Amino acid sequence: MELMAGLLHGFQVALTPAALMMCVVGVVLGTIIGVMPGLGPSATIAMLLPLTFKLEPTGAMIMLAGIYYGAKYGGSTTSILLNVPGESSSVVTCIDGYQMARKGRAGPALGMAAIASFIAGTFGVVALMLVAPPLARLSLAFSAPEYFALMVLGLAMVVLLAGESLTKALLAMFVGLWIATMGTDLFSATSRFTFDRVELLGGIDFIIVAIGVFAIGEVIGNMEAEKPAEMLPVPKGWRNLMPTWDDMKRCRFAFANGSVVGFLIGILPGAGSTIASFMSYGIEKGFSKHPEEFGHGAIEGVAAPEGANNAETGGALVPLLTLGIPGSGTTAILLAALILWGFKPGPLFIQASPQLFWGLVASMYIGNVLLLILNLPLVAVFAQLLRIPGYMMSSLILGVSIVGVYSVSSSMFHLWLLAAFGLLGYLMRKLDYPSAPLVLGLVLGDSMEKALRQSLMMSQGDISILFRPIPSVLLAFAALLLVVPLFKKFNAVRVQVIDKEA
Amino acid sequence: MSAFLRRGDFWSGLALAVLGTYIVSEARGWIYMGEDGPGPGFFPLWYGGAMIVLSLLLVAGTVAKPGAAGRRTSRPELLRALLCWGAFVACVALMNVLGFALAYAMLTWFIVAVMARRPQRIALAVAVGGAILFYLLFDVALDVGLPRGIWF
Repeated sequence: MELMAGLLHGFQVALTPAALMMCVVGVVLGTIIGVMPGLGPSATIAMLLPLTFKLEPTGAMIMLAGIYYGAKYGGSTTSILLNVPGESSSVVTCIDGYQMARKGRAGPALGMAAIASFIAGTFGVVALMLVAPPLARLSLAFSAPEYFALMVLGLAMVVLLAGESLTKALLAMFVGLWIATMGTDLFSATSRFTFDRVELLGGIDFIIVAIGVFAIGEVIGNMEAEKPAEMLPVPKGWRNLMPTWDDMKRCRFAFANGSVVGFLIGILPGAGSTIASFMSYGIEKGFSKHPEEFGHGAIEGVAAPEGANNAETGGALVPLLTLGIPGSGTTAILLAALILWGFKPGPLFIQASPQLFWGLVASMYIGNVLLLILNLPLVAVFAQLLRIPGYMMSSLILGVSIVGVYSVSSSMFHLWLLAAFGLLGYLMRKLDYPSAPLVLGLVLGDSMEKALRQSLMMSQGDISILFRPIPSVLLAFAALLLVVPLFKKFNAVRVQVIDKEA
Repeated sequence: MSAFLRRGDFWSGLALAVLGTYIVSEARGWIYMGEDGPGPGFFPLWYGGAMIVLSLLLVAGTVAKPGAAGRRTSRPELLRALLCWGAFVACVALMNVLGFALAYAMLTWFIVAVMARRPQRIALAVAVGGAILFYLLFDVALDVGLPRGIWF
């Protein structure tokens, strides 16, 4: 009953003209950046975040979330037509999607990607709606030690799956923690790591780091070389895009598999949609009656991973909204957005901000329908975006990044920091340092230190407070995750998973 | 030259070890544990220490196995990327004098004409068009303040 009331309230919010408009803008932008290879949702959301400060927060969040899940719809178009994933999570779709396109079945492949995304994306939203409120109630029992342990576990999982080298992932996380501790310590009013710069007394704004590392770093990386790819023709007409009834029957299991696997993987911090799509592809192939067709244009090989990467969105929002723990770079930026707008994601978020939570859930139902409509008849239009020259996109991204950072503080010093973090982002890519642990370390660093210090204040410095039942289990699990790669056998599995993602 | 000296892991490990040492040395100047509980030096001391250990492990691993893992980047690719970053830095530096529109137009021209090697007429059209678009969209329509120069 409470659920239905919440959902009804959500639709009242999401169906207002302003919210609907934001939803449309978000999903269209998301589809566009999903189609464009080299521009991810993290960079786009980071760039646009400063420009949303003048907007009403619910509408702004609806738009940013629309970009997040819309990009996953759009990513399949490039995978199928170019054999280049528009989005990292669409990499698996290249395997069978491109083969289908080469055999003249690009239409059904694109159509199936959109249908599977719609079914699994909607399942993800339903599951989010059902799982989030009880989990939030459960986590009300958490206090500082439990939160500290939970954040350590979240970071450990991200580090575990972030890159081939665990050492580099941990080092990236520590750099994130260092940036997070810059500025004035609110407990003691001590200035830390400010290099005697007044501008650093308030710390470094998350937006500067996110835009620098993701957007500027990406542009610099893309400038290394131009790699033109040959696009296969986009089928025209509604009939040529629709999968046959036989295709739909073949994909029954793939829809269910993608939905469930995607959502469950999404809840786990660090795993992300790429791993979800790989897992569902593997399961689909393992249970298929004709596994030999996989890799040669099996339509289930498109439906399962495309479904999984869309269901993952709903899963990823569960820990973000109910515990305040993001599981990836993009959700870390969404968390920062919520905090900047004055919200406090955590156990009380649904109670304290029902308009935002239920409005967001309802907008995701609407967004998924919009994306299905956009991605079926308009796929040919979106595919034309691939003809926009890379140099135009690069200068556009650089311009929006400058405007975004400058609009937050009107400070030239922050633009210098943006340039520095852009170089850092590029060097991290070149040297194989993963950026997700850095961003997560930065987002969680402040809360983590606060939770640790509050815990030790509660116990008057006695560290045994961290060994209460819940924190001790969480910390033991985190330690286990970081120790496991020391065993060659387990590390080989971990590296295999990461290699597939890369 | 030893093989490990050509590895980015060696130099990045050293740089991070220096950063870790700086963090620890700064943190040692702050209160570690006060009457009320941990002080401002508590958290940085721990992660700074861990950073030193891990970065030295990375350096040691690279020295021991200089040929392991890691991909090589060709020099021209690296130069192109750094040239683009240099242009971005120059654009930021010029913004104080020329203002956003002119500095951004110059950056765009550089990317199109020099990096992408497109004809001058295209480079100029994209540069001027882009600057006007940004000015109209952000400064005029959205009222988002853009960096101002000496003249405008």
